[in-house]
Amino acid sequence: MVQTAASITAKAQSRRKKRLSAIWLQFLGSMNLAISLLVVVAIASVIGTVLPQNQPYIDYLVQFGPFWFEVFRLLNLYDVYSAAWFLFILGFLILSTGVCVSRHMPAMWREVTRYRTHVREQSLLALSQHQRWQAQADTDTAAAVAMGALQGHGYRVRTEQRGDSLIIGGMQGRSMRLGYILTHVAVVVIAIGGLVDGNLPLKLMEMRGDVRIERENLPLSRVPSESWIAPETGAFQGSVNIPEGSNSGVVFLQLRDGYLVQELPFEIFVEQFRIEHYPNGMPSSYESDLVLHDPELDEPIRQTISVNHPLTHRGHTIYQASFGDGGTRMEITGRLLDGTGTEVPITGRIFEDLQLELGAVERTLELDDFQLLNIQPDARAVTRTGARNEFMNSGPSFNYTLRDEAGQARYYHTYMAPVRVEDQWYYLHGMRLDQGEPFRYLHIPVDDRSSMDFFMEFHQALHDRNRVDAASQRAADTLLTQMGVANPQLVSQVARTADEMIRYLLNGGFGAVEAHLESRVEGAANAPMLREFSQAVLQRTLFEIYLEMLADRRGVTPASLQIEDTDRRFFEDAMNAVSGVAEYGAPLILQLDHFEYRQATGLMITRSPGKGIVYTGSALLIIGIFLLFYVSHRRVWAMITPKADGTTDVLMGGVNQRRPEQFEEEFASLTRSVDQHLGPVSQTSKD
Amino acid sequence: MAVSRDQIIRDMRQPSYLQRLSWKDWLWAAIMVVATVLTLTVLWDAMNYYEVGITIMTGITMMWMGWYWTASKIYMSAVCLVSLFAISRYPELAAAEADFFLRYLGSSQSAIMWMSALFPAATVAYGAGLLTGNAFASKVGTAMTWTGAGAGLVGLLVRWHETHLYEGGIGYIPVSNLYEVFVLFAVMTSLIYLYYEGVHRTRTMGFWVLLIISASVGFLLWYHFDRGAYQIEPLVPALNSYWMKIHVPTNFVGYGCFAIAAMLGVAYLIRARVADDSPWAARLPTLKQIDDVSYRAIALGFAFFTVATVLGALWAAEAWGAYWSWDPKESWALIVWLNYAAWLHLRFTKGLRGKVMAWWAIVGLFVTTFAFLGVNMFLSGLHSYGEL
Repeated sequence: MVQTAASITAKAQSRRKKRLSAIWLQFLGSMNLAISLLVVVAIASVIGTVLPQNQPYIDYLVQFGPFWFEVFRLLNLYDVYSAAWFLFILGFLILSTGVCVSRHMPAMWREVTRYRTHVREQSLLALSQHQRWQAQADTDTAAAVAMGALQGHGYRVRTEQRGDSLIIGGMQGRSMRLGYILTHVAVVVIAIGGLVDGNLPLKLMEMRGDVRIERENLPLSRVPSESWIAPETGAFQGSVNIPEGSNSGVVFLQLRDGYLVQELPFEIFVEQFRIEHYPNGMPSSYESDLVLHDPELDEPIRQTISVNHPLTHRGHTIYQASFGDGGTRMEITGRLLDGTGTEVPITGRIFEDLQLELGAVERTLELDDFQLLNIQPDARAVTRTGARNEFMNSGPSFNYTLRDEAGQARYYHTYMAPVRVEDQWYYLHGMRLDQGEPFRYLHIPVDDRSSMDFFMEFHQALHDRNRVDAASQRAADTLLTQMGVANPQLVSQVARTADEMIRYLLNGGFGAVEAHLESRVEGAANAPMLREFSQAVLQRTLFEIYLEMLADRRGVTPASLQIEDTDRRFFEDAMNAVSGVAEYGAPLILQLDHFEYRQATGLMITRSPGKGIVYTGSALLIIGIFLLFYVSHRRVWAMITPKADGTTDVLMGGVNQRRPEQFEEEFASLTRSVDQHLGPVSQTSKD
Repeated sequence: MAVSRDQIIRDMRQPSYLQRLSWKDWLWAAIMVVATVLTLTVLWDAMNYYEVGITIMTGITMMWMGWYWTASKIYMSAVCLVSLFAISRYPELAAAEADFFLRYLGSSQSAIMWMSALFPAATVAYGAGLLTGNAFASKVGTAMTWTGAGAGLVGLLVRWHETHLYEGGIGYIPVSNLYEVFVLFAVMTSLIYLYYEGVHRTRTMGFWVLLIISASVGFLLWYHFDRGAYQIEPLVPALNSYWMKIHVPTNFVGYGCFAIAAMLGVAYLIRARVADDSPWAARLPTLKQIDDVSYRAIALGFAFFTVATVLGALWAAEAWGAYWSWDPKESWALIVWLNYAAWLHLRFTKGLRGKVMAWWAIVGLFVTTFAFLGVNMFLSGLHSYGEL
């Protein structure tokens, strides 16, 4: 026989190859690899939970600084669960589990199908559970008894004659092995389903340059076509806000620092959105009436969806996720605070930006949000009875931003109707410089007609030089007369001071007045007295103006005016509000006159073709686990050998690896069964 | 002699599970059927089909539990009777203060307070049994654990009724926030422990398990008094689902089992240092017992935790739009699952036992605790209901 050198090397190579692939298989299917991979997955998952995922990049940059930001970005830590390395490990895990299952499958199969009737006497004697009888019975009877005992205990049996001996092999609980297969196959199945639903296809499209993430906030019509994804291309999870009475045929997929536009194979029209509240103002349920227009359908689908009750159509599931304003239309009166009393009518919708020309200044008004209800615990109920479950509704309010020419923003929150604060009613106007701060509220007292007109007139009157002059003269006169000083020169001097203080009050509030006074009286011997006197003058001047206006309003002369407690309260509140207006920082106050409420529903739409696979896998997993834990695979053998003296030797032995204690009991019950038939009883019956 | 093979096989046939049941078991089954039918009749209008299904499954589960674990029949009956009695005296919320029985025993707050007293007391009793070797002390511990578990469950059931008494139709199963699930945890853990105590006929494990239950009671009390967490607050819409009725309790079977396994891990490490001839040896569970109960607890916990996670995924698919969103709670559930999967693998395939596994079970409790508590405390996400 002649062998060429080439064929020898080929053989050697194939052997080496085989060995190499065997090593690979060995490695892939090894428990150590699986456990190591599991540990890595666990650690990656920890990172993913500790580091908030998919936040805007700028947040990370602020948090970590430029260097670590870049390091983390390269490691894909901002989106761990769709990072290439994470998916790679998951893939490896599937492979490893798959190899493990397929390698063990033949052995498992043998375990389940073979009764191992070739067992030897020595091996049975070596089992911790075994028993031997010298029965006064023939082999047939002994075999029938042994088999009966086994079958009576639910064992399946096979028999085999080996030489003299008859061997009965019994086993029970085979499905435990099935449990092993099911659980491991389930892990692979779930992982495959997960990969189908993951964004791997999207990543590939991105790598190939078929899609590009859009980072700018553009109107839909201006989003470039490479950021659009055609309908029914893969799995996705996106969201869209649709105002009542509008429709949408797309959803937005938030990705890293941008988004993609996913087209839907149908249009969703939102007829109505409804929300219900608990007494404390928390939403108790919300739902949307949807109409789905699908070109493939003759009739549109009409369905109401709510939280926990989604709608599924053509593999797309539409969920009620959130809600918001859908562009409520508002009619607003802007009341200028420059003393002119000018009123500007403003009409706009939420999310609109409006340019306001306000005399000498310009402002951009951004209408941000609208709230129909403002429910808080009723503070009076809490103080009165300690009850925390009484609530009051302060009615509608809206949020807006005013930007000056330089783009500097102040944020406002204004209530439509007066709000009761400690038994008094006010128009509340909140302001903050930074969106993280709480609002500080300007409290404008309501007049006897429940409007803020009287206050606005009062505020306007303070800008009227002549009126202030006259009032300050009267105030100075009254005060000095009370003190017993009659000096006209001093009166006009004091009045001038009062004028000046009112200007400070209008421009900077009481704080500015205080500072101004402080600088004036500084160093004077009788500083505290001077300060107190000046304050009294200011207050008296304001009061004089107020009295005059109040008399005017009531159509009486100031002398015959009856001042009530409520009038005094109003005056106090008005003084504080004048000071508050100075710090309010807006050239105008907005008063909401009328609105047409329009809500938007926040929908989440998903398409997950792998869902069925994952659910199947989960079912397999659960069945498998219960089989694995609560069924125990056990084997019992009986070896029946006739003896020369006419007796029969019966040797029984059994094994159960998982639950030895429980098996001990079962084996005892088995031997009792055999005892009953092969013991003394059977002997008598034989006679 | 003619022996009929069939005759022998017939003679030797062991009675089947149903045949082995006593008349008491069948009486129990009858009671469960009647109770289920009654519940369905009374509450039919208030329930959707899923809830009807859940009620029937609950009846079947209780029936089977009564068969499988005789002692639980008394427990379930007592809890049901006391709860029903309490509910019957509850026309309105104010009754909790006015009615003597409710005020001192049956209102959810009193019942939970009784539980909070009984579990620490049981710990002390078991502890006394451990220190002195006095069997009676341990017996008292068992009795108090049973009573505490009963009081806790009565508290939850009555609280369920109380939620419905609030205006605005709040009504929900009280497993919706951290306060309520802590009560559930204490009850579940103690019941699972009591089962193993019965199976192994030893009270030596009691002290160790009751330690962790008492710790959770301590947290509950702090949460109650410092944060006023006992207040019934309305439910966010996402939680308003029949899924909550099955997802949360299933999860807590898992948590309870893992907690028991960890505490037995501690007991194992201590027992392993005690010489067999020392008087302490008899007062501590044997290593074999610990090993067996630890394994069974982790297996049971793992099985239920798997079911709970799958149920959670199904619910998430319905409420949040995705069965898995890598939300922190989900990721940590996966970590817990992987941890115990690894534990079980090493035991099955490598036959690992002893100290390593004991340590691992203890570490496992920290992982579980983080998944249960830490995620709510330190990480934000979709599961923000249980915020501290």
